[in-house]
Amino acid sequence: MHIIVKLFAQYREGRFKVEQREYPKGATAQTVIDELCLENTSPLGVLMVRGKHVQPTYTLQEGDEVALFPKVGGG
Amino acid sequence: MADLIYRVNMSELSFKIEEVPSKWMGLGGRGLTSTIVAEEVDPECHPLGPNNKMVFAPGLLSGTSASNSGRNSCGAKSPLTGGIKESNVGGTSAGIFSKLGVKALIIEGLPKDENTFYQLHVTKNKVEFIPVPELVGKDNYAVLDAMMAKYDKKVAVMSIGRIGEMRMNIANISVKDPSGKLRSHGRGGLGAVMGSKKIKCITVDAADYKEVTIADPEKFKEASKVFTKALQENPISGQGLPAFGTNVLVNILNEAGGLPTRNFRQGNWEHAENICGETMAENIKARGGKTTHGCHAGCVIQCSQVYNDKEGKYLTSGFEYETIWALGAHLGIQDLDLIAKMDGLMDDLGVDSIETSVVLGLAVDAGILAYGDGQKAYELLSHDIPMGTPLGRIIGAGTHILGKTYGLVRVPTVKGQGIPAYEPRAVKGQGITYATTPMGADHTAGYAVATNILNSGGHVDPLKKEGQVELARNLQIATAAVDSTGMCIFVAFAALDDAKCLPSLIDMINARFGCALTIDDVMNLGKTILRTEHEFNIKAGLNSASDRLPEFMKYEILPPHNVTWDFTGEEIDEFWNF
Repeated sequence: MHIIVKLFAQYREGRFKVEQREYPKGATAQTVIDELCLENTSPLGVLMVRGKHVQPTYTLQEGDEVALFPKVGGG
Repeated sequence: MADLIYRVNMSELSFKIEEVPSKWMGLGGRGLTSTIVAEEVDPECHPLGPNNKMVFAPGLLSGTSASNSGRNSCGAKSPLTGGIKESNVGGTSAGIFSKLGVKALIIEGLPKDENTFYQLHVTKNKVEFIPVPELVGKDNYAVLDAMMAKYDKKVAVMSIGRIGEMRMNIANISVKDPSGKLRSHGRGGLGAVMGSKKIKCITVDAADYKEVTIADPEKFKEASKVFTKALQENPISGQGLPAFGTNVLVNILNEAGGLPTRNFRQGNWEHAENICGETMAENIKARGGKTTHGCHAGCVIQCSQVYNDKEGKYLTSGFEYETIWALGAHLGIQDLDLIAKMDGLMDDLGVDSIETSVVLGLAVDAGILAYGDGQKAYELLSHDIPMGTPLGRIIGAGTHILGKTYGLVRVPTVKGQGIPAYEPRAVKGQGITYATTPMGADHTAGYAVATNILNSGGHVDPLKKEGQVELARNLQIATAAVDSTGMCIFVAFAALDDAKCLPSLIDMINARFGCALTIDDVMNLGKTILRTEHEFNIKAGLNSASDRLPEFMKYEILPPHNVTWDFTGEEIDEFWNF
């Protein structure tokens, strides 16, 4: 499946901002998190697919845009 | 020695030092300013007339060694909203007031002579009224330079620029920070109230006084350690905020479809990457600025920064998401350096960078400038507004009045105050805060973005109505209490996610005053403050119909999630059932 992966804040360091990547059918958001070793950098804060919050167990669909943020805040 | 109330009368140019009435004893910061305004100010008075009062009060823990306790509150009836206002600030004023033993500074009346502006100089048991004709027509940095030259030591400085002198609704009160730059009592036009009282600046000299006493120093030290650790270990206050500042929010709101764009017509902006926190942090590193900087002594979060231009020359500090959003996605400027230059200019001019940037964005709908025309926006800010041209005064009256003047329907305000940075239709908990807070649309009053978007304190789906009223109510109650302690509101991220944080904060208050408050007592204080403010507003003529978002949000569908503001009036009014 073609999946667009977008990384933000500390997750970009040593990785990328946005990439189209390939994942097998049945892959979940957790597959992406693990493959990129994101939580070695910082705990996962926010996970969105197509602009909506989902759980890491979410099963990816062809063409999904996955946005991954470490714990960040402001205001 | 016990803290005292310093009461200044500008009609008589006199002052009195009073003991603190027992009913005010347990209050500080917002709790105290709102209580005094509600007790002593006629809610029907004109905010710029003789019967409004300004109250400054440091928080309960200000002046102590507690981390992040350096916030000072200013309260009055607001000329922008027509309701009660509290706006708190970092900088050096809270600590210096506390060290001098000033529980609150209350300023009443108006001078009979309309042509003289004064410096109020506050020292131990004394307030001097010094005419400052040489500072009239000057902006904040010139005033700051003059005061630094005069005193050559640590004094707190609170000042207004030309726009405050002209009593425009966008005027703020600027406060010197530890590095000699400026912080602001930003929202609600408090600079116009100060201008109406003919006060150009207030200086506070604590000399060698250290009046802050701690009833149980050992317990205080212990609690303070736990509290500081909670702030440092929290991934948001310990890592995210120092690394990227509040501007890290551009991308997260953009992804969530909650970044108000083109005056609240869309929830994403195609140029977000140009102005986001990640880009800002890259620029700072490449140009020799600072990604971390504290707005007050004792800050361990350091969310502020120093942002330089390409030549490494200072442009601004305290460069916040809400300002960057308003000049960026809302008004269309894609050049982060120009936004920084405007932010720095707004510090010097002494204007609320949120209200000013939101009104400049609305000026696009008014046909005054084109979307994205940064050059024209800069000209309006640097010329028309500070020169007080008729157009400058219309813009300087704020978002609500510009909308009225140009016959606009899509005017993003609540209670006359511009809505900042978070699209209410797509971040519905924040929409409830905007509708209900007695302050007018104020994101800090109950930051539901934390739980709607950032997964702090759990998660409540931002696109659904369920749970939002309760969320906004709990956050507003907690915030009213925190705003009374002198704590920066960013301690809330640790408080929401770390069970040790809030108890240690309360332990510090108990150790400072020798009392035995519980979490329930503190939450009850928050409730009392909110009710007091709400009652003032009702008497001032703001009723439940004022607790509403702009009507266009009910019938205009917002992309990308295609949502509307779908709360009924009755559902919103449930907020006040506590």
